[in-house]
Amino acid sequence: MNPFSFTGTALRSRIDSAGFVVDLLVRTVTSLPYLGRRRRFALDMAFNAGVRALPVTMIVAAFAGAILAMQTGIELRRFGDTGVLGTITALSMCREMGPFITGVILAATVGSSMAAEVGTMKVSDEISALEVMSVDPVNYLVLPRVVALAIMCPTLTALSNLVGIFGGSIIAQQNLGVSQSRFWMSAQDALTSSAMLLPKELYVGLFKALIFGIAISVVSCAAGLRATGGALGVGLAVQTAVRNSVLLIIVLGFIVTWFFYFLE
Amino acid sequence: MIELRDVTKRLGTRQILEGMTFAVPKGMNYVLMGPSGTGKSVTLRHVIGILKPDQGSVQVDGQEVPAMDREQLMALRRRMGYLFQNGALINWLSVEQNVALPLEEHSKLGKGEVRDRVHEVLRMVGLQQAAEQFPPSISGGMKLRAGLARALVTQPEYVLYDEPNAGLDPIISHQIHQLIAEVRDRLGVTGLLVTHSRACATECGDRIGIIEKGKIAIEGTVEEMIASDHPLAKAFLGGGSD
Ligand SMILES: Nc1ncnc2c1ncn2[C@@H]1O[C@H](COP(=O)(O)OP(=O)(O)OP(=O)(O)O)[C@@H](O)[C@H]1O
Ligand SMILES: [Mg+2]
Repeated sequence: MNPFSFTGTALRSRIDSAGFVVDLLVRTVTSLPYLGRRRRFALDMAFNAGVRALPVTMIVAAFAGAILAMQTGIELRRFGDTGVLGTITALSMCREMGPFITGVILAATVGSSMAAEVGTMKVSDEISALEVMSVDPVNYLVLPRVVALAIMCPTLTALSNLVGIFGGSIIAQQNLGVSQSRFWMSAQDALTSSAMLLPKELYVGLFKALIFGIAISVVSCAAGLRATGGALGVGLAVQTAVRNSVLLIIVLGFIVTWFFYFLE
Repeated sequence: MIELRDVTKRLGTRQILEGMTFAVPKGMNYVLMGPSGTGKSVTLRHVIGILKPDQGSVQVDGQEVPAMDREQLMALRRRMGYLFQNGALINWLSVEQNVALPLEEHSKLGKGEVRDRVHEVLRMVGLQQAAEQFPPSISGGMKLRAGLARALVTQPEYVLYDEPNAGLDPIISHQIHQLIAEVRDRLGVTGLLVTHSRACATECGDRIGIIEKGKIAIEGTVEEMIASDHPLAKAFLGGGSD
């Protein structure tokens, strides 16, 4: 095959699908007035998502916090400065690691199942059936899923932050000789350094998580809605959903950090 | 009145419809027959505006369907029922909730009225005992009948039936045919039916059109078609079939 035409086709299909995602996001936002009617469904979804992702997220967060403390601890020990371990662990967890871990796990567990559910509905004509009944699939299917993750991703992130710092504190105490009280004190200082009610270190991370939650659900529903051709198509939709979600988590994470810390 | 004129449609690399032309007068059941994969379901999708023709015109009551905006399309769909080939029930809703869905989303009926209406239609298709069950746990024939109930529950003027008797035993099949004929006679519903079964075509059809190569190859009243010598008519309606 001609490499130029191949690249062109591949590029066009990427742009098409990106356009579809953006369009779906806009349509979801404009269907917000339906939220009242879909409230129950959205809360059910949020609960299910939380229950499904909670155990893995907590385990990964605890280990991530521990690894952070170990890695930085090794270097800090050389300078005899392990006292700032709490600060470093807390800041890295809250700003970056917490939202990132939660986002990736939600993409793998909840996002993938959203793509599979919506994709199965698509290939078995259920989406067409909704359209024929003049039920908009966006407000009926997509809106509650987006709201569910917009609630759940920040919630799980807050828990991951806590559990991650806890994981770090254990390593600090066991392996690096930093007492629990000292560790938590410096963690607390780091997080409440600014005088605001909700300190920046916390809200930037939670804002990131909110963006991730919305991105994962919209991307996954979009992949499902574009599925074609039976079970195979559903499998591809799941693959697309997880890949695009993880990609977006990294890119959006970068943009949000840049926006809040470098654009002043 | 449903009217298709010279409709062409390409899907992927295949030309599915090529000059599809037919008309369904008000109050009649028009039966589309034809070999598998000739575009019968695709034709129905054009009538309700899920697919748009590449060329040609699709009209319902003189209005051009492909040119309709969202509002007009919604208005049209509210007057139209559609039975999908496999029922296309929403998996996580019970049979009862599935049938109630179009009423709950659009009509101003109260809860009690919706319930009554839903149970009446479920009785018509013989599914009253299965009201609480969920689609994954019922048979293909039951899904189809639930789909039929959902298509009829809004009391539409038009109903598009995609293989209303696929996978049904002869006894229930016969009941469904009678129901379709009755819906036409009592409520004046205009129907467009897709079927492979001679019994279905003759028991509830008024006119029959047989598709070949993307268009209607032969068409006529039920009597004309049964008497016809055309090989397609013989294949689909001859004594040996069904
Ligand atoms: N979305 C689509 N994209 C590409 N091809 C499609 C699509 N939908 C249908 N087709 C093709 O169009 C052809 C006609 O499909 P259709 O479902 O209308 O057949 P049918 O006449 O209803 O057959 P059956 O009796 O088996 O239901 C098939 O070959 C199918 O592969
Ligand atoms: Mg078909």
